[in-house]
Amino acid sequence: MNGGDTILDVVHLSMRFGGIVAVKDLSFSARRGGITALIGPNGAGKTTVFNCITGFYKPTTGMMRLGHAGGREFLLERLFDFRIAKLARVARTFQNIRLFSGMTVLENLLVAQHNPLMSASGYTLLGLVGFPGYLHAERAAIDLARYWLDRIGLIERADDAAGNLPYGDQRRLEIARAMCADPVLLCLDEPAAGLNAQESGALNDFLQFIRGEHKVSILLIEHDMSVVMEISDHVIVLDYGEKIADGSPRAIRDDPKVIAAYLGVADERTAEAIMEADQ
Amino acid sequence: MEYFLQQFINGIALGSIYGLIALGYTMVYGIIGMINFAHGDIFMIGGFIALIAFLCLVALGVTAVPLALFLVLIIAMLITALYGWVVERVAYRPLRHSFRLAPMLSAIGMAFVLGNFVQIAQGARVKPLPPLIPGGLILIDNGGFVVQVSNVQIIVVLTTLALMVIFSLIVARTRLGRDMRACEQDRTMAALLGVDTDRVISTTFVIGAALAAVAGFMYLIYYGVIDFYIGFVAGIKAFTAAVLGGIGSLPGAMLGGLAIGLIETMWSAYFSVQYRDVAAFSILIVVLIFMPTGLLGRPEIEKV
Repeated sequence: MNGGDTILDVVHLSMRFGGIVAVKDLSFSARRGGITALIGPNGAGKTTVFNCITGFYKPTTGMMRLGHAGGREFLLERLFDFRIAKLARVARTFQNIRLFSGMTVLENLLVAQHNPLMSASGYTLLGLVGFPGYLHAERAAIDLARYWLDRIGLIERADDAAGNLPYGDQRRLEIARAMCADPVLLCLDEPAAGLNAQESGALNDFLQFIRGEHKVSILLIEHDMSVVMEISDHVIVLDYGEKIADGSPRAIRDDPKVIAAYLGVADERTAEAIMEADQ
Repeated sequence: MEYFLQQFINGIALGSIYGLIALGYTMVYGIIGMINFAHGDIFMIGGFIALIAFLCLVALGVTAVPLALFLVLIIAMLITALYGWVVERVAYRPLRHSFRLAPMLSAIGMAFVLGNFVQIAQGARVKPLPPLIPGGLILIDNGGFVVQVSNVQIIVVLTTLALMVIFSLIVARTRLGRDMRACEQDRTMAALLGVDTDRVISTTFVIGAALAAVAGFMYLIYYGVIDFYIGFVAGIKAFTAAVLGGIGSLPGAMLGGLAIGLIETMWSAYFSVQYRDVAAFSILIVVLIFMPTGLLGRPEIEKV
């Protein structure tokens, strides 16, 4: 199971909150360099899985193993706080955008590059006196930020407060910020939420670009089936905290259990979305 | 008029000291949303370390006043910063994920610990320091009332100004300042981006304590006396200044400090010395009634 081409292995993951079981004995793996989608009706436990992976929650039981291309392995349930981002190099975005809204767009991207700057600044001291190594690192950080701003078309707004950007721009900026943290695994929580058809098309291209050019594996929670079906290589369907299906988008689409899970909640819009994706 | 001008100068010098202490309150509040009640005592410890360092330097034969003062300042900043770091480490960090009031209670306890520690170690009596920097600039001398800026006052105001500039640059321009602002806005998100938030918080305490040490040092050379109790009074005043300016706002802390300094001096000069604290706190109440977030504070917006 854990070959060199698996980036994340989740094994028997369960998360209980008191009497509520949010995630129940979930096992799946995500392929390195792939886009894996986690879908399911509302309340299925998708975000809880994300919260376990990024260290927000300590899972009740289970193991989450993340492997770098170089062969290093991390057990995410044992890493605390900022170490998941720093050592295991997992980055995430949120369903409700969490930018540093009072800081500028550029600063948002620079905060994400904290760690390379931290070591270059000799833990602040050298940075304060303008040590050349630090200035060089700072310039490199700005170049990287500029590169991503160029990608998401926000270069003109680099010095505006992030909170003043339109909604769609904030979504893209959040993804760019996560990319500046130099992750191997990027976890996106509903990146297409609130985007119109054209914007979500652009998002598809952007995610494909991240995966193709930067070799970053993506784990995605999404309700927008046009995004899921078009870009993901592998889909995992959750319902009431349990995995009910796991396979290629094509296989998932025809799986009667999945259709039942969606139609069972009488969510017509979702059903329509599945139909649309079929055509 | 001359009398007013003189009191104005005195008020600015006193207000600078309050402002520097207030910066420490406002920084810590901004980043972890807690009032560090031990900060006044950190200021007092800064003053004591400056005094001890000065006596040590004299014993070692360093008698050139400018050099000695400079060394004293550096020593006081370093050792007081260490105190600030230890206080955060011992009293606040273990309670980080506890209920909201826990670190505040711990802070009040820490204030007593530090105050009593100095009382026992140094005695309760007032410690004097002979005036080191005599003289001053005479601005107006019309035979009657002489308006004068003492050299000590000039040093106090210039040092404060320089520190404010350096400090603002750190916050606005450097990696550290960026991390501090990020932690202030969303600590969890900063951690998810790989920022070691505990370290940023420690650094905030260290910087706050170093600024308080400068304030303690200036208090010492300004008044020439120091005792273990100054931390309490000055701490409360500086806290008031931070609230008056808008807690969480750095320019607000400085402005609040100057305002409290001026109010106190003016009230002492024109009304009565005994009631100067009453005046300062009354003005605080009035300001907070009409501007609940202080002079420069932003209204708290609850995150959804």
